Amino acid sequence: MPQEHQFRTRLRWLVDKAATSLAVTATILVILPLGAIFVYLIIKGASSLNVDFFTKIPAPVGEAGGGMANAIVGSVALLALASLIGVPIGIGGGIYLAEFGRGTKLANAIRFTADVLNGVPSIVMGLAAYALIVVPQHHFSAFAGGVALGIMMVPTICRTTEEMLLMVPHNVREAALGLGVPNWRAVLSITVKTASPGIITGCMLAFARVAGETAPLIFTALGNDFWSTSLKEPIAALPLQIWIYAQSPYDEWHRLAWAGALVLIVLIVLAVSLVRFVTSRGVLKGAS
Amino acid sequence: MPEIRISQPQSQPEVDPIPQQAPADAVPQEHSAIRRHLLGRGNSAIADGIFKVLMALCALSIFAIVVLIAAELIQRSQLSWHAFGFKFFYKTYIDPTTGLPSYWDPVNNYFSALPFVYGTLVSSFLSLLLAVPLAVGVAVFITEMCPEFLRAPLAFLTELLAAIPSIIYGLWAFFVLVPLLREYVNPVLIKGLGWTGLFDDTNPTGLGYFASGVILAVMILPIISSLTREVMTAVPHSQREAVLAMGATRWEMIRMGVLRNARVGIVGAIILGLGRALGETMAVTMVIGNTPQISRSLLATGSSMASVIANEFTEAVSDMHLSALIEIGLALFIVTIIVNATARLLVWAVTRGAPTTQH
Repeated sequence: MPQEHQFRTRLRWLVDKAATSLAVTATILVILPLGAIFVYLIIKGASSLNVDFFTKIPAPVGEAGGGMANAIVGSVALLALASLIGVPIGIGGGIYLAEFGRGTKLANAIRFTADVLNGVPSIVMGLAAYALIVVPQHHFSAFAGGVALGIMMVPTICRTTEEMLLMVPHNVREAALGLGVPNWRAVLSITVKTASPGIITGCMLAFARVAGETAPLIFTALGNDFWSTSLKEPIAALPLQIWIYAQSPYDEWHRLAWAGALVLIVLIVLAVSLVRFVTSRGVLKGAS
Repeated sequence: MPEIRISQPQSQPEVDPIPQQAPADAVPQEHSAIRRHLLGRGNSAIADGIFKVLMALCALSIFAIVVLIAAELIQRSQLSWHAFGFKFFYKTYIDPTTGLPSYWDPVNNYFSALPFVYGTLVSSFLSLLLAVPLAVGVAVFITEMCPEFLRAPLAFLTELLAAIPSIIYGLWAFFVLVPLLREYVNPVLIKGLGWTGLFDDTNPTGLGYFASGVILAVMILPIISSLTREVMTAVPHSQREAVLAMGATRWEMIRMGVLRNARVGIVGAIILGLGRALGETMAVTMVIGNTPQISRSLLATGSSMASVIANEFTEAVSDMHLSALIEIGLALFIVTIIVNATARLLVWAVTRGAPTTQH
């Protein structure tokens, strides 16, 4: 009997160790591709980065050189338009959910819809923007691309804003209202301001997600080989340009695609960490 | 005046006129300084009402977006819906010249979404097969096993995986992963598992269902693992302590105390990952090969619902072709909404009522 008992204990000990090492292996396996992607991006991307990349427009097929200046500008324009649409609506929706609709059925339904909308594939958003804007206007335009990206930002920003506002203690609101401040003013300059670091972080995350989106732009913004800043014309965008170059059979363009990918990820990481840094210090430091 | 002073002998003449004049001057219109200030600003009830309505409109716009997307997609896919009906999703045509099954022919104007549905399902389930054990393993390691100082960096790294754009995954998969699979992994699979018929060596490019399944697995890992972590954190500590008090090892504690309690939420997280995999476009488009065919072999090239839209939409010329592509988009929209709704309900069922922060 004691023999068997000892065996069982030993077996359980072994299973425990095996499970632990499996979990460790899984973690390493997950971190591995992350490291591989960054290493490749840096090796392949950095070697093709030069001043031309940031100042020139794409070279015609067969010619060396050229850059993605127009795509960078185009991405900035598209993202500015998207933020103009997505940020106010998203924050407004979040304020409604947290300040006015708390616990109501309507708010629960909206929250649920926002979560579900968050999971709708970006290509479907592109199709919707195509049907909504490109078809009636009869041409591809930067405006349609911006709208598609803006719509994608709304649910994310709405939900993070709500979560951040819920963390603001109740007595802050009561203190404001007790001084006779009207409710709208109390919400905007007290509650939202207290939660602003978290809200800004949420906006930046939505921004970063949208910044790398290609699928909704393929048939809305379309891409453009030349300078364009008009919202009515097709416009180039960094992710779109990466896609076009990666599919091409030319080595020169593949190198540009890697360089573009490196620039894209550096821009995204920079934007996110800059905002994190700025909002984690000084007066803005609040609820989150 | 003197009589009044007599009645209040203590007060001094320079000070007391003020309390006296107050009742004398107290016409009803006169208010205190604060009240005057408040009244001077106008009535805030109107502003409050407008503010509330504006915010409600912002919130309701989320409904509007969903309805608008559905309405537009339904309207623009009418043409193909009327031409093919439900057969659009399962019909197999026979190519008259070759006698082989054919599904998608923009030239002869017949369209069937079957190969794309198949491609989406195969690559998504393959990715789940690869990602779920890894994701749960990572979640278990981060929440239950790893030393305190590693926890935050590891969580951050897995979240970072989620921040990489799909196009960059695609680029990496196309130039790094696919050659790797082609040279080292596929020959092993063909040799070892070729007898199942799932792996044959008719396709020398390395592109195909398997490659897209692998890259999808990398992409959906962070979402599954972070949600699993959330659900596992929501399991009360008393459950762990109870199991440990019975003399269980750490793994037994995790299996009985944590995983069993969190299983509904983990299923929810997996379904959410499935939703992400179903709609993933760019990375899949770059590695699946984009051929409208159905193959039993996982190493063959194919096409998915999202990839065919991304690939053919700008080149489609006929109205029927466009309409068919939009109908695929509509199907994708409906499926992902159902999948996401199910997943959210499951996750919500578990984390509801649980303490929001622990550890």
